[in-house]
Amino acid sequence: MTSYPDVPRETFRLRMLIFDTRYRSLTIQVVALIAFMLLVAWIVSNTVQNLANMGKPIDFGFLTGAAQYDINQTLIEYTNRDSHLRAAFVGLLNTLLVAVLGCALATVLGVVIGVLRLSRNWLVARLMTVYVEMFRNVPVLLWIVFFMAILIETLPPPNAFRGEDATASMLLGDSVALTNRGVYVPEPLFSRSLGDLPVFGAFNISLDLIAILAVLGAGLFVSAKIRARADRVQNATGLRPTTWYLRLGVVAVPVLVMLVALGFHLGYPELKGFNFRGGVYMRNSLIALWLALSFYTAAFIAEIVRGGILAISKGQSEAAAALGLRPNRIMSLVILPQALRVIIPPLISQYLNLTKNSSLAIAVGYMDITGTLGGITMNQTGRELECVLMLMLVYLAISLAISMGMNWYNTRVRLVER
Amino acid sequence: MKKSVILGALTVAACAAGAAGAATLDDVKARGKLNCGTNTGLVGFAAPDANGDWQGFDVAVCRAVAAAVLGDSSAVEFVPTTGKTRFTALASGEIDMLVRNTTWTFSRDVDLKFTFVGVNYYDGQGFMVPKALGVSSAKELDGATVCIQTGTTTELNLADFFRVNNITYEPVPIETNEQAQQQYLAGACDVYTTDASGLAATRATFEDPTAHVVLPEIISKEPLGPLVRHGDDEWADIVRWTLNALIAAEEYGVTSANIDELAAAPTTNPEINRLLGTEGTLGEMLGLPADWAVKAIKAGGNYGELFEKYIGQNTPIGLARGLNAQWTDGGLMYAPPFR
Repeated sequence: MTSYPDVPRETFRLRMLIFDTRYRSLTIQVVALIAFMLLVAWIVSNTVQNLANMGKPIDFGFLTGAAQYDINQTLIEYTNRDSHLRAAFVGLLNTLLVAVLGCALATVLGVVIGVLRLSRNWLVARLMTVYVEMFRNVPVLLWIVFFMAILIETLPPPNAFRGEDATASMLLGDSVALTNRGVYVPEPLFSRSLGDLPVFGAFNISLDLIAILAVLGAGLFVSAKIRARADRVQNATGLRPTTWYLRLGVVAVPVLVMLVALGFHLGYPELKGFNFRGGVYMRNSLIALWLALSFYTAAFIAEIVRGGILAISKGQSEAAAALGLRPNRIMSLVILPQALRVIIPPLISQYLNLTKNSSLAIAVGYMDITGTLGGITMNQTGRELECVLMLMLVYLAISLAISMGMNWYNTRVRLVER
Repeated sequence: MKKSVILGALTVAACAAGAAGAATLDDVKARGKLNCGTNTGLVGFAAPDANGDWQGFDVAVCRAVAAAVLGDSSAVEFVPTTGKTRFTALASGEIDMLVRNTTWTFSRDVDLKFTFVGVNYYDGQGFMVPKALGVSSAKELDGATVCIQTGTTTELNLADFFRVNNITYEPVPIETNEQAQQQYLAGACDVYTTDASGLAATRATFEDPTAHVVLPEIISKEPLGPLVRHGDDEWADIVRWTLNALIAAEEYGVTSANIDELAAAPTTNPEINRLLGTEGTLGEMLGLPADWAVKAIKAGGNYGELFEKYIGQNTPIGLARGLNAQWTDGGLMYAPPFR
């Protein structure tokens, strides 16, 4: 049996935690982690203790109390007798409404402007440059206030529509009214309505809407099947059958039949008393916020789109042109699908920005969740910490949801590598 | 070793954090300035003048407290607050006291943990409409669009008023008085509602004040007064009795014109003597110099002088004394005895 007396035995001694490079980094990390956790624990316990000393321990009981204030724009039933929680939910829906509207308009505007900025037409390209530089270099709060000021100061008040010598008149055959309080457009009404479907007893969803959406969805599904068949025929024979009238038919006809069956008609706004009544009322706070957020974010999206298109090598479009594709087909079939892969990730953060920027709504009196839960509720109940914590959670949840959705889409359009 | 150092540091920091915010008087004296929360701009109550100096009825209370505590009525840092930010500013210690047309209510006093030290203006919520609308009563406002400052009691009163009278309205929430003015003048709302004194002050700044009327209905009680944080009774006493000194001075006929004479030597009226420190030790009990009230009154005058100077009938705002007259004249202003 051989022994190696000069090889030292590996024994672990405490000082090796500091002097042995194998353990040192681990030691530092563990100590730093403990210190960090202590700091967090101290901040939390200090806050809780101080709040308790002030006689305001953390308590979410106020949420069930009556809110006692009114909200102008409510997507679900709400009265001032309802709870603070419901008021917060009304605000949340308003936030989501302006975020969805804003993201949609910003995307459309951004893509158009981004493409036009690359136009070979000198004037168009320069105009788009001016647009982008103007909007992205001024704080969005100023744009919101600016749009609101324009709406308030330039449009006529409702009483200008009144009387013999009215100075303002409604547009499109007395169906649309532009006032400095907002825009009134005709509303869809159903004389043979299916009624409402209560959800969890909390709010109602119109069954008419569900029915129409279902019919529309079925129509689109059939239309997609027809297109797939046309693709197959084209692949087999080289000739594409004309299907546009078929596809239009399967989408439009069932929806029209459904509308007639439900007794669809329009309800027009009418000047009654102080304001217009009837019709869909888009308050100028919503319009100003929506337009300002969209125009502002569109400037950033335009740059992202432009960058995405420029990232596709010129050889791609030249190759497509050599195959005989026309310029707009090159754009839609070759360039954009590849550019999307570059565009989507930064686009996600623009959507998140837009949603978070919507919390500036109170500047124009739009009652989003910052205005209800983080504004009036917080002020009337004095529960600052609870309200702000809830607000942070809500925005975090919305942002993560948007991120998840967009990441899923990003995975779908990603280049499939073999 | 490392850990115990961190823990030690944390303990020291914790103690320091716990000790802060106990004695406001000491903090103010050490700072040499009083941090006073006011309106962002309501002419007559709190607004900067052409030179950038804050002027107004509420501002005068801040100046009187600064004069009583620091001996200098200009040693005030004015912190403009909105209806939404005011309570957070006070609760967090950013300001030492708040004088911002703030209504004394049960929940603010009890639940929000503030101490209201008195009332410097008895008010009520009113409605202002353009004369051209031809409205003569608030009950005719069914369907109207109403501009309202958010985060105020008026918001809740408004909801109650319309619900009780079974009429509808469209609220337009606004952050500051200036925004409300802009929307109201452009016709984006039919009605502007806030405290009647605020309406008078706002109307006074219009190009043509006569084109607008304040409706007769006063739909609420709005006792407006200064407030401080719960838990520092000594500081609350100082603010309370400075306000009372201004009110009592008017009752006893002490004005900024005759105060030097009255304070020079004891007069025949023991109440005045105790108020002005020529008799008794009231100042000492508060932890202030004996002439604290003299300085407070000299800062701008007694309650009546301040009223006439900033919001009285000879000013553009033109408010009558009404409820805010001395109790001897049938009003509600009543300072407890100085003894």
